[in-house]
Amino acid sequence: MNLEEYKGVFVFAQQVDNKVSGIALELIGEGKRLAEKLSTEVTAILVGSDIKGLADELAAYGADKVIVVDDPELKEYRTEPYAHALASVIEKYKPEILLVGATAIGRDLGPRVSARIHTGLTADCTSLEIGDFPINPVPGKEQKHNQLLMTRPAFGGNTIATIACPDFRPQMATVRPGVMQKLPKKEGVKAVVEEFNPGFTPDNKYVEIVKVVKNLTDTVDIMDAKILVSGGRGVGSPENFKLLDDLAAAIGGTVSCSRAVVDAGWKSKDLQVGQTGKTVRPNVYFAIGISGAIQHLAGMEESDIIIAINKDETAPIFDVADYGIVGDLNKIVPMLTEQIKAEMAAKN
Amino acid sequence: MKVVVCVKQVPDTKGGVKFNPDGTLDRAAMLTIMNPDDKAGLEAALRLKDKYGAEVTVVTMGLPKAEEVLREALAMGADKGILVTDRVLGGADTWATSQTLAGAIRNLDYDIIITGRQAIDGDTAQVGPQISEHLGIPVISYAQKIEIEGDSVIVERQYDDRYHVLKAKMPCLITALAELNEPRYMTPGGIFDAYNAEITTWGRADLKDVDDSNLGLKGSPTQIARASDKVRKGQGEKVNLDPSESVSYIMGKLKEKHVI
Repeated sequence: MNLEEYKGVFVFAQQVDNKVSGIALELIGEGKRLAEKLSTEVTAILVGSDIKGLADELAAYGADKVIVVDDPELKEYRTEPYAHALASVIEKYKPEILLVGATAIGRDLGPRVSARIHTGLTADCTSLEIGDFPINPVPGKEQKHNQLLMTRPAFGGNTIATIACPDFRPQMATVRPGVMQKLPKKEGVKAVVEEFNPGFTPDNKYVEIVKVVKNLTDTVDIMDAKILVSGGRGVGSPENFKLLDDLAAAIGGTVSCSRAVVDAGWKSKDLQVGQTGKTVRPNVYFAIGISGAIQHLAGMEESDIIIAINKDETAPIFDVADYGIVGDLNKIVPMLTEQIKAEMAAKN
Repeated sequence: MKVVVCVKQVPDTKGGVKFNPDGTLDRAAMLTIMNPDDKAGLEAALRLKDKYGAEVTVVTMGLPKAEEVLREALAMGADKGILVTDRVLGGADTWATSQTLAGAIRNLDYDIIITGRQAIDGDTAQVGPQISEHLGIPVISYAQKIEIEGDSVIVERQYDDRYHVLKAKMPCLITALAELNEPRYMTPGGIFDAYNAEITTWGRADLKDVDDSNLGLKGSPTQIARASDKVRKGQGEKVNLDPSESVSYIMGKLKEKHVI
């Protein structure tokens, strides 16, 4: 492998139902930042069916170039045709860095592609930098410059590791949604588009989609919420979440939950905060009846203000809470809601 | 029908994480368990055994101590346990791990391979899909329901805001979510038998069609540049008041911080 041949920062611009996913714009923003350090460009790879119209949006958020792979086989996400599309783009264009969102799609696609082209893949990165590897010179070992240093939590967020991929290209990372910043939108930008179709021939690896079932929730994406009212198993029942709904309505927040609540079938997966759910960083995070497993903390501890209410005073959530209240949520939450309502009414 | 399940022995993070004085993880002081997603995968395989008489072979890669999870799997009802262990396999990243497991599985007959979605120590969710790529078979990740129909599997595959019902021809690989099921307990008879059961141990020489350059630390494309403990935000205030005082306390903080 001649590493010098590999140039440019590429990002997989995920789209679902022909709508660009938020992570795509975040990766373009981060990709642009890395590309500037390497004096190169950021290229978005757009894969789907009938999706050419989305290219300008990617350009408006900073993509210098958009490679479009458009084919009817790519209408819904399926591992094999998407992996073939992405691997073919890599073989043809030889990027030095490839970023993929750590979404339910990206965490399936990334490993399949990295295994196909034989390179390393670092999962769920929360920070990316360009630097030297080894970070400090080691006698007898070449120190390589301009390497992608990929930082990720491991052990449910208890340790942080920085990973490099010095001898293989592209350097691949999946990046956790909600961590990187998208660039301000520039109106009226036209994308520089390159169309590419490697050909799609179904084989044993193509699976058949029998049915697509969408969860009909019309709630705000919890990653965009400024105030989250999050409930755990301690809330007690799905009906009792009404206490949290009322609090959220009074304070202008959104309800989210822990994994235990999703596992119990009380709330849908898109409301789950944590390592296997979403990473959130709202201005205020209410943790109500949430004990605070480290996997949960990993998804919310960057919140500006954390207010925890739990009857167990030894609950780990109190280790990260700015304000911890030991007490019965069934008594505290309704009273809090009433007082907030009164306060809001007095202001208006 | 033959089902191969890949499991990993991991430190149990639920019982609290313990640190050495120098701040590194004290793995020796932590209990080990069968990784929860893998256990759900094993349970799914055992249900295929209950329903279709499938033969269930469990494979793990790790230190000799990892034999413990194989015995646990046998006590739950698996038919055969294979431990892949060898010094030259140590320090493997997900590429080298998936190459190792693929090399072991090539020795076996299989219709379905089941892995957990991800392990609670690494959280990468990469090894399952990478094994399927090395073996040239389809992968269905994030399975929340598995059924068999003729020569195909029908799987509900979870996404962020939806699920797909997918149909794949066997052989194929499925990665299981802990939500898939409630794993059964070991039976007393099973524990007794498992204690005496023979575990097959394979080393480097037993792996099929794998080059040395793809194994262990040397065969790992990713390398650790730095590792450290996460610096956690310090604990804030904690109060234990009666409910109305608690509410006043929260209201005071919300006003102080200009939230309301």
